Amino acid sequence: MGYKAKFRVYRGDGEQGGLENYEVDVNEGEVVLDIIPRLQATQTPDLAVRWNCKAGKCGSCSAEVNGKPRLLCMTRMSTFDENETITVTPLRAFPVIRDLVTNVSFNYAKARQIPAFAPPTDIKAGDYRMQQIDVERSQEFRKCIECFLCQDTCHVVRDHEENKESFAGPRFFIRAAELDMHPLDARTDRKSFAKAERVCATSPSAAPTCVPSTSRSPTTRSSL
Amino acid sequence: MTESVRGDGGVLKNSEGKRFMFDYVPDVFRKQYAETEEEADRWYTDADNNRRPPELLPRDEVARAINTEVKAGRGTPNGGVYLDIASRLPADQILKRLPSMYHQFKELADVDITKEAMEVGPTCHYVMGGVETIPDTCASPYVKGLFAAGEVGGGMHGSNRLGGNSLSDLLVFGRRAGLGAAEYLDSRGGAAVAIDEADLQAAIDAALAPLSATDGENPYTIHHDLQTVMGDLVGIIRNADEVKDAIVKLDALKARAKNVSVAGDRVFNPGWHLALDLTNLLLISESVAKSALIREESRGGHTRDDFPTMDPKWRQINLICKSDGTAVEVTQQPVPTIPTELLSLFDRGELKKYMTEEELTALPEEKN
Repeated sequence: MGYKAKFRVYRGDGEQGGLENYEVDVNEGEVVLDIIPRLQATQTPDLAVRWNCKAGKCGSCSAEVNGKPRLLCMTRMSTFDENETITVTPLRAFPVIRDLVTNVSFNYAKARQIPAFAPPTDIKAGDYRMQQIDVERSQEFRKCIECFLCQDTCHVVRDHEENKESFAGPRFFIRAAELDMHPLDARTDRKSFAKAERVCATSPSAAPTCVPSTSRSPTTRSSL
Repeated sequence: MTESVRGDGGVLKNSEGKRFMFDYVPDVFRKQYAETEEEADRWYTDADNNRRPPELLPRDEVARAINTEVKAGRGTPNGGVYLDIASRLPADQILKRLPSMYHQFKELADVDITKEAMEVGPTCHYVMGGVETIPDTCASPYVKGLFAAGEVGGGMHGSNRLGGNSLSDLLVFGRRAGLGAAEYLDSRGGAAVAIDEADLQAAIDAALAPLSATDGENPYTIHHDLQTVMGDLVGIIRNADEVKDAIVKLDALKARAKNVSVAGDRVFNPGWHLALDLTNLLLISESVAKSALIREESRGGHTRDDFPTMDPKWRQINLICKSDGTAVEVTQQPVPTIPTELLSLFDRGELKKYMTEEELTALPEEKN
């Protein structure tokens, strides 16, 4: 059954702006990323939002829904009460460019600080051989879609701008682990580097927001 | 919905529970596809001695088959067909091979693909055809300094882009385009291209117009109408009357698109981006519709109800679309001949399915 939902969406550039109210049609089976384009088409054509695949695979549509970091394409309207007001705001951990679009370059700067895969010096390209079971360990981490929801959740960076210089955030812990568990990576200092970079391992706050890891079956997840 | 669901054992069924794809194997492919379900089921583990299931026919065949089944009243409640992997593989195998499919269907549709079938239907997925380029460098023969590779380029996949080939296309031709562009720049010795200031200003004015216009139309409405025209009239199955109607409607949309208004400013404004994209969307749509009308045969993704078979004469022709900014003109251009050393690798029986009599008599000796 279709109904009209109440939305509050952040509009502004970070310096100036606030929550605007909208009432918008909702149909059966829709997600928040069905509603946002409907708002653009019918009420506010310049509502800025990033999105692409609409299937939880590209990581573009990260935002906060009712304060929780979510992918807009994976947030079903059916999880809300029909009378509930749904608030959509940009990722709090990053500077706002416009409306729901933030500047996530912090993550790319941190990525460049982590040394890339170091090829083994004694095996030439084309002769690399790895066992499937060894590849699987590292490959789980390669499934990261860089949606940065985990970065947004991390209270160390989210609430403390001054921490951004010293802390890299959960996504880079995954990156460090991926390289550390790569069967052919030649570097032996991945763990100590991660510690020095303070990618942070103590808080479990990031885990529930990660889409690829929550899509693993319970049996696979326990093997991590 | 990835093709690998079918590759891993998923089967398509209509509302009667029948694996209908067995009824849709075209003559050109009959020898490569299993004739019975038993043979198809053996293929997954013994491909050397069995032929593949018809669910793995090229996507255009599957799309047409689904379309026919649904039109005949054997579709699912939501107008598609069933894709069943639950009855084909154990749950843990499905989770291991298709974790993101499992997740997507569970999270977005409350469907557990290890227990029940999915409803699926054909959709727009890839554009066949595109910018004409010289294959070695991916350079445009008409616009100096323009390079195109991947889905935006034409001439690579013909009428039907096969599964997986988009990726390999990107790697090979992406590299060629990069090298081609670098070579082109070197050949210019670093000299910048001279641009006429008046041209530049005209382009700027045209781009900014939607932001200052106050009484224009909402670009989203035009976009929606365009989707309806192309979806209804130039869809999976085409016929002359509907395509002609589309061309008339596209003309009207072009006129509407000349006067659009968008609120907001230039910073990350999706409405403004759409207003700019509309011109290109209409250009492509007009090219597709006009070409679809001219090509009087069915080939790959292009199916004409009124010309349902492949015509070898049309295989030799590429339709080239050019626009002067007001309308698209389509000309016929011969497809380059396949080099003899490549032709001699083909089985003569296969070539007979596609070539004209003249081409067949001109063929080199068959290698064994």
